[in-house]
Amino acid sequence: MTPFTTLIGIAAPLRAANVDTDQIIPARFLKTIVRTGLGRHLFADLRAGGGFVLDRPAYAGACILIAGENFGCGSSREHAGWALLDHGIRAVIAPSFADIFANNALKNGLLPVALPAAACERLMIDAEHEPGRPITVDLLSETVVAQNGKSYRFATDPLRRSMLLDGLDDIGVTLRHLPAIEAYEARRPAWTA
Amino acid sequence: MTGPRTLYDKLFDAHVVDTLPDGTAILYIDRHLVHEVTSPQAFERLRAAGCRVRRPDLTLAVPDHNVPTTGRKAPIEEPESALQLATLEDNVSAFGIPYIPLDDARQGIVHVVGPEQGFSLPGLTIVCGDSHTSTHGAFGALAFGIGTSEVEHVLATQTLLQRRARTMRVTCNGRLRPGVSAKDLALAIIARIGTAGAAGHALEFAGEAVEALGMEGRMTLCNLAIEAGARAGLVAPDAVTFDYVRGRPLAPSGAHWEAALEAWRALPSDPDAVFDREIEIDAGAVGPMVTWGTSPEAAMPIDGVVPDPAHALDDAGRGQLQRALDYMGLAPGQRLADVTLDTVFIGSCTNARIEDIREAARVARGRRVAPGLRALVVPGSGLVKRQAEEEGLARLLVEAGFEWRDAGCSMCLGMNPDRLAPGERCASTSNRNFEGRQGPGGRTHLVSPAVAAAAAIAGRFVDPATLEELA
Repeated sequence: MTPFTTLIGIAAPLRAANVDTDQIIPARFLKTIVRTGLGRHLFADLRAGGGFVLDRPAYAGACILIAGENFGCGSSREHAGWALLDHGIRAVIAPSFADIFANNALKNGLLPVALPAAACERLMIDAEHEPGRPITVDLLSETVVAQNGKSYRFATDPLRRSMLLDGLDDIGVTLRHLPAIEAYEARRPAWTA
Repeated sequence: MTGPRTLYDKLFDAHVVDTLPDGTAILYIDRHLVHEVTSPQAFERLRAAGCRVRRPDLTLAVPDHNVPTTGRKAPIEEPESALQLATLEDNVSAFGIPYIPLDDARQGIVHVVGPEQGFSLPGLTIVCGDSHTSTHGAFGALAFGIGTSEVEHVLATQTLLQRRARTMRVTCNGRLRPGVSAKDLALAIIARIGTAGAAGHALEFAGEAVEALGMEGRMTLCNLAIEAGARAGLVAPDAVTFDYVRGRPLAPSGAHWEAALEAWRALPSDPDAVFDREIEIDAGAVGPMVTWGTSPEAAMPIDGVVPDPAHALDDAGRGQLQRALDYMGLAPGQRLADVTLDTVFIGSCTNARIEDIREAARVARGRRVAPGLRALVVPGSGLVKRQAEEEGLARLLVEAGFEWRDAGCSMCLGMNPDRLAPGERCASTSNRNFEGRQGPGGRTHLVSPAVAAAAAIAGRFVDPATLEELA
């Protein structure tokens, strides 16, 4: 996994709550056996109409997305995170995230940043009105620094934070506990086999 | 942990392999269901790492998402689907994973096949790279959907890194009225608590109305727990559960059965267990439900009217509501009963089990599908299909003008040949009415099998009970 430390870049405002994974990447694009190249299908149906925020010149090269509450609800498709990353998005800022989406994102170096609704709204308005000015998402200090220098603290799970900072993957961590897995397997009840 | 515990706590505690310094648990996984869409990238990584599958014996693979539901003997037409299915076959063969192929009578939707085969059991942890894995919680199992990275993690280690969820109980008092189903109850709950209403929580369904449900109804309820944002859905196992499980091909037998029963009887939440959140629902007041918007929480009784954005609490709410109505092609104040339909889909991991087909057939018996309306019935597995044919339900549905298909996810998600055309309006027994879910531009109304069948007959939304009066 690519480590995540400090991200400085343009934030694209997506003013919608409950952005579901079918919107992020419709199911017909899940017929792939690789995890690369999905950026071209990101928000495919929303972009088909033209004028979608990520396609507007002002937000070219955006690496941060600001959205409404419950971002990523719906399907467990990790393709949603892969598509965002492939497009260049490394962090999503929203008041809340669906559990599976956030979990998937963290395992791919895509940072879900949960901030209070008022802070998200402030950042959203900034991004709408002054598109070109970068903001900072700093995982080391767990802060988002807005265009005007105002900073907002966010919290990340300590384990997830350290794994993101170091670019570690879960399997490596778990395999350090192999003896415990073997011991557990030895004591599983026979009926569970 | 000591003191009274919830069903969730008991399941979680029993599967902790080890605890990391920050409190994250390494949780053992007893059962892993695998399908063609979310697994190829996981197997690819295993190969690259030269890693084996730790417990192929606890894994079961079956193709379901992009299989066609007609012309099963012909080659798969869509090349990408064919490649994904061939890749699954390569992977199960290379890694020695038990597999139910497309031409096997047991093939079907993972969440129908697992319970049907006795692969899903009470007291277990069950995962699958699919959010509707919450379905299996109906057995009193801890079951939840995972992404592809976690699929890889389970294949490699048979465990997952998990933090304990908060607990929430929905107590459903009273009894559902005749003709009102678990689907209606689930939609009523989601309409009340919202699509993120149970986020971060394991959601236990309890109360008289839930106890009175058969396993199919309980599976529908837990299936839809994810649509309330829950990490898992749960129902305490009881005699109904044990009767369903007993004698299934992969269920324990003999002395193992007795040991299992003893363990399962200790699973229900202790009487004085404390939940982080509790709500109560009057199940007797729930009627047939229909969704009108593009989120499962946008559900209302079938005799309701489309809400007016002018009455929204704030600008944001007004905008969302207007957008949903524009997408759905509905007008404020329009009666749901006046909404006419192009398609009816009865199927999906939510509502494609034998009880669901029986319910649809009960309504359709002796009637005809409305002229010009396309109505599909897609059984959840080859075995459900066979049983429905043996019970005469298939013939009855076909005579009424329904198409009778082979098992698969079908029109639930628009990634196989069964999908809606832009603007097409569908009454669907599936689980998501998101924009484009059943095909780009498709308009989905979530309903129960009885309401879907009644809608197919009337060509519009009608309370199945009223349909009976009209006959």
